[in-house]
Amino acid sequence: MAEAETRGEARNTALRRAVIDASCRPVLMVWYGSSVFWLLAGTALALLSSVKLHTPEFLAGWAPLTFGRVRPAHLNAVIYGWASMSGVGTTLWLMARLGRQRLPWRRALYLMGWLWNLTVGFGLYKILRGAGTSIEWLEFPWYVAIPIGAGFLVLVAVAVRMMTTRRAPHLYVSQWYLFGAVLWFPILYVAATALMHSPAATGITKAVANWWFAHNILGLWLTPIGLAAAYYLIPKVLAKPIHSYYLSILGFWTLAIFYNWAGTHHLIGGPVPAWLVTVGVVGSMMMFIPVITVAVNHHFTTIGSFRKVVVSPTLRFVVFGAMSYTLVSVQGSLTALRTVNETSHFTHYTIAHAHLGVYAFYSMVAFGAMYYILPRLARREWSSSALIRIHFWSAAIGMTMYWVGLTWGGWNQGRMMNDPDIPFLEIVRYTIPYLWSRSAAGILMTVGHVAFAVLVFRMVRGHGGDAEGPTLLWWRSASEPGART
Amino acid sequence: MTRSASLALGIIFTVVASMFGLVLLPERQLGGMGPVTLARPDGTEAVYPQPLDAWREAPGREVYRSLGCVYCHSQQVRPEGFGADLARGWGRRRSVPRDYLYQDPPLAGTMRTGPDLASIGSRQPSAQWHYLHLYDPQITSQGSIMPPYRFLFDTTHHRPPATFDAVKLPDDYSDAPTWLLPNADARALVAYLLALEQPYALEAVR
Repeated sequence: MAEAETRGEARNTALRRAVIDASCRPVLMVWYGSSVFWLLAGTALALLSSVKLHTPEFLAGWAPLTFGRVRPAHLNAVIYGWASMSGVGTTLWLMARLGRQRLPWRRALYLMGWLWNLTVGFGLYKILRGAGTSIEWLEFPWYVAIPIGAGFLVLVAVAVRMMTTRRAPHLYVSQWYLFGAVLWFPILYVAATALMHSPAATGITKAVANWWFAHNILGLWLTPIGLAAAYYLIPKVLAKPIHSYYLSILGFWTLAIFYNWAGTHHLIGGPVPAWLVTVGVVGSMMMFIPVITVAVNHHFTTIGSFRKVVVSPTLRFVVFGAMSYTLVSVQGSLTALRTVNETSHFTHYTIAHAHLGVYAFYSMVAFGAMYYILPRLARREWSSSALIRIHFWSAAIGMTMYWVGLTWGGWNQGRMMNDPDIPFLEIVRYTIPYLWSRSAAGILMTVGHVAFAVLVFRMVRGHGGDAEGPTLLWWRSASEPGART
Repeated sequence: MTRSASLALGIIFTVVASMFGLVLLPERQLGGMGPVTLARPDGTEAVYPQPLDAWREAPGREVYRSLGCVYCHSQQVRPEGFGADLARGWGRRRSVPRDYLYQDPPLAGTMRTGPDLASIGSRQPSAQWHYLHLYDPQITSQGSIMPPYRFLFDTTHHRPPATFDAVKLPDDYSDAPTWLLPNADARALVAYLLALEQPYALEAVR
């Protein structure tokens, strides 16, 4: 009798989840599908920029392909195209599942996805045509911000509605982070755009506003989405509860309070009031609190289950991302120290750090989330575990190569720059092998992205096995306990 | 108040607080700043900073933005004892907020794949040098990884052109004698670069 009841309940749960997933499907196919498209476009622009730095004659004859345009086009393609669109997809699905409700306002979200694509495409076109603003992380011309801001308003409305009409009364920590991201980023984006393109901020204050924004796009948009996904997926796939609920709340609020203030560490030694930089350094140091709490929570949950990390594609990517989050955050706090910054500022070291955050942490978690969520939407399994392995290893090895090469080369670049007896061109010559190593790393990462795109394309087009068992990386076994993938 | 409403309030409060502290407070501190009148060594007075002239330097700044020069060149000199900016001769003093008074947006930059340009106008005052360097950086700076900006120039062979700012390429660079004809963008860009200077002693802001 009791057993039958449990079975009935399990069937109800499965049914409810299927209904929620079905409600997400058309919307998420647009957001996720487009994000993979922008990932490929952003990767192509990345490789082009990378090659141009060590081989400046490469495709040099045409203004739209000059380094100073391709590089911001790369950044905006991956941030507003790949990272933001995959982030919106993950956010919507997690909020629906955690709130035990269907996705509301699906038509608006669907249209918003296509509007977003047009906007990002148009913005990139304008950058390549020379209308980029040279305001880092806000290179789109100001009028491009209008449809992006409008899109965000739809997202805010959907999130508020989902928070108020949710069926599950308890709020899991992922929902805190997601709600945070969805409210923080529109405020940031609209305020920063207004500040940069109006007289509300003048002179060097605009540079301060710029870094307040640019640091927070990682800290208050991509980071909370990445952490929300990791907080959901790690315990879910391992089928055990998160290490400590209270630590997760402490981690959330300390991140909310301190991350905001860290951005001015990008201006250490710069032409700004000294107190502003001090505030940024203090904010960066305080970030140790949320970082350590999150690290304890994620890693202590994972400890003892490494076999599953090896077998599950989702966990592999997410755990790699969670470990990178600890690394990038500790590195970031240390880099904000004046003595470290004196050497690392203005060098390729910073570029390596930025990629450790956006790629090794955020993007790897986003890949993991998509490996988990897409089969549930398409009701089909991944068609090839070999391609997943290729994706993982080329991304992991490529990213590691990228970071090690540019961190080492960049650090020495900074040391040489601080020695006035070394001629500048000698420093340039010193960095060239490291710039080549970045291109090699970029080719590896490209291979991974193509493998991923093929997998997603085959899933959307209906190839791949049916949903009787997950695609695992070492063996397929029905007796393997735990959740799928 | 529901749980999600208090969560929303907390979320909004944190970001608004940081905007107030990191953007609006500095604007309050620096926003009232104006140009200063300084005495030159010869006893005459100078007003600093001066806005860029509207017919060439300001459009040149737009070319600088359009080509994304900021992604490799900073325009900020760090103080004595912090890096070697002054020892490298990148400026006469550290940069201060007043230097950016008329810059919208400021192009202080965060990268030095190439050298700092805060005072390139006085460090390298030759327009000819800049034209050659932009056409092909290898002519003036062997081993540079700056891209060539040949699309900013026309060339003419054998006979010197009648324009005043045509520049002859070095003899060993091309087979036939060749002159560069900078287009309007190149002229504006070089005028802007020559206008870049952070002169006079000015105080840092606490």
